[in-house]
Amino acid sequence: MAKLITTANIASPDDFYQLLTDMSIDLSAEQIALVNARLILLLCNHIGDNQVLAEAVAIAAKTAAK
Amino acid sequence: MLASYQFPQYSYQRSTDQDSTTPIRHPVVIIGAGPIGLAAAVDFSIKGIPVVLLDDNNTVSVGSRAVCYAKRFLDISDRLGVGQRLIDKGVTWNIGKVFFEEEQIYSFNMLAEEHHRRPGFINLQQYYLEQFYVERLMQFPRASLRWKNKLIDIQQNQQTVTLTIATPDGSYQLQADYVLACDGANSNTRSLCGLESKGQVFQDRFLIADVLMTDQRFPAERWFWFNPPFHQGSSTLLHRQPDNLWRIDFDLGWDADPEVEKRPENIIPRVKAFLGDDVDFELEWTSVYTFGCRRMPDFRHKRIFFAGDSAHQVSPFGARGANSGIEDVDNLVWKIELALKGQASEELLNSYSEERGLAADENILNSTRSTDFITPKNPANKVLRDAVLTLAKEFSFARPLVNSGRLSVPPILRNCSLISADTDSFDCAVEVGSPCTDGPITLRKEERYLLSLLGNKFHCLLFIDDHKQIDQQLIEEIVRLKQCRQPIDTYIVLKEPYQLQLPDGVAIIVDHLQLINARLDASNQCFYLIRPDQIISARARKFSVDSLLNMQAHALGELR
Repeated sequence: MAKLITTANIASPDDFYQLLTDMSIDLSAEQIALVNARLILLLCNHIGDNQVLAEAVAIAAKTAAK
Repeated sequence: MLASYQFPQYSYQRSTDQDSTTPIRHPVVIIGAGPIGLAAAVDFSIKGIPVVLLDDNNTVSVGSRAVCYAKRFLDISDRLGVGQRLIDKGVTWNIGKVFFEEEQIYSFNMLAEEHHRRPGFINLQQYYLEQFYVERLMQFPRASLRWKNKLIDIQQNQQTVTLTIATPDGSYQLQADYVLACDGANSNTRSLCGLESKGQVFQDRFLIADVLMTDQRFPAERWFWFNPPFHQGSSTLLHRQPDNLWRIDFDLGWDADPEVEKRPENIIPRVKAFLGDDVDFELEWTSVYTFGCRRMPDFRHKRIFFAGDSAHQVSPFGARGANSGIEDVDNLVWKIELALKGQASEELLNSYSEERGLAADENILNSTRSTDFITPKNPANKVLRDAVLTLAKEFSFARPLVNSGRLSVPPILRNCSLISADTDSFDCAVEVGSPCTDGPITLRKEERYLLSLLGNKFHCLLFIDDHKQIDQQLIEEIVRLKQCRQPIDTYIVLKEPYQLQLPDGVAIIVDHLQLINARLDASNQCFYLIRPDQIISARARKFSVDSLLNMQAHALGELR
């Protein structure tokens, strides 16, 4: 049974997206990869549920493989 | 010369003002007969104010240019008496579809509610729009539309603006109480005043191809492609216009050479790759353009007011140019009307720049974000953007993040000085500072739309559940609203038909579908105060003439 939320859950999507894109301004490719990884780790810890995280990993990897 | 449109030639005519030894004074002079200047001239004319409208050219917009007109544009055009012509000629659409590579990832509807008089959008070539507005203005004998009149100098003091104008017959001077500069992104008036519009220029180039095609494979919808097979690594936008004309917009990137890209031999293969080899089409008009987002810090320069692109400019994604320009006109003209009668406070005149500045900031923010999504600023943002697009078809959470243009809706004038904040609670999408909602109602047994009854003066909507409450005392109270300095006309909104002889300025309307009640979260005795531009300036749940008059004074900037 799926536990990962895949319907819209962010109140103000455009504000959120800008927050994310502003994060990478003035960073090198290496710095961006590091910042992204740190962000993933922080959010995963916040979620804390291995089943949810496994579902998210599966979807992310599947889309990339297409 | 276009295959589908014959440009009108408006002739220069010498004005008797040019024979005068001293400059003739007019209440209002408008610079620029584009969509915004024309709309302003019509708005002054229906208010009985004679206008002079100057344009340095002698025809309408060459090329299609602006295409998409939003619901609010149509509602304002209805008030100005042009709405139906726009609808009759335009292509109505509400649906937008977004594609990624070969697949549709989602669609959206610009008209979220039924029972509005006007649709979410129409598409119409700018030259038709201007032509219809010119013809509307010609119905007012006191309006003076002067072609081949170019502003070459403008000066102002406390009382007067003095304009120097070049014509084929030499130059002459005019004086005006107020001037509206509607002369576009490269405003000559703005330069002559030594003022600037500042912001960001985007490093990208786009190709517009307006294509004549009788093939009917595409519906009347807005279609947007990210990375389509026919234009890889980039984006394409398609809109249908009247006369079998189609607007195709290709993103070319910053490195494209505009001179090379403009050549038909380079445009035709791009269009063929898109439409297929078997489709017959003809290039009607093409342009390679760049754009910026910028605005003036203040849209008011004493007696000179800037409206439309002269005041603020946005990228085209979202159709926020002409649509915000006409909202400027809507906001400004009634305020200047009061100023001409000596009845406008400084606060009221300054509220134009406050309110429309807020709108410009919102439009610039939205169109900047769209541009950043469509052409990401760095590789990391492109990866992020592509991640969103690869998820959006299967997972609905990603769809609100896809940004192919946030299409024009009127901004809500939140926290603006002359809008009364709610003191009672209302649970509806319509807020103070938004345009009033629309919906069918009945007036004297005739079905009408609510917005067709509002505008050009202050109105009060008073919601009454039971007609027995309409007694002599209530009517006497309401009549006081009509007798104040800026008279307020009242519509008593009932749910069931009821006949009653009422004094001038008071009428009963029936909300027979009870949609207005629902959309405004109305209750018995609840009232809305609506400005001459149909913006809700105040509302409350308990009707009181004294508080209503107080709210109007606040809306006019007369309360300190």
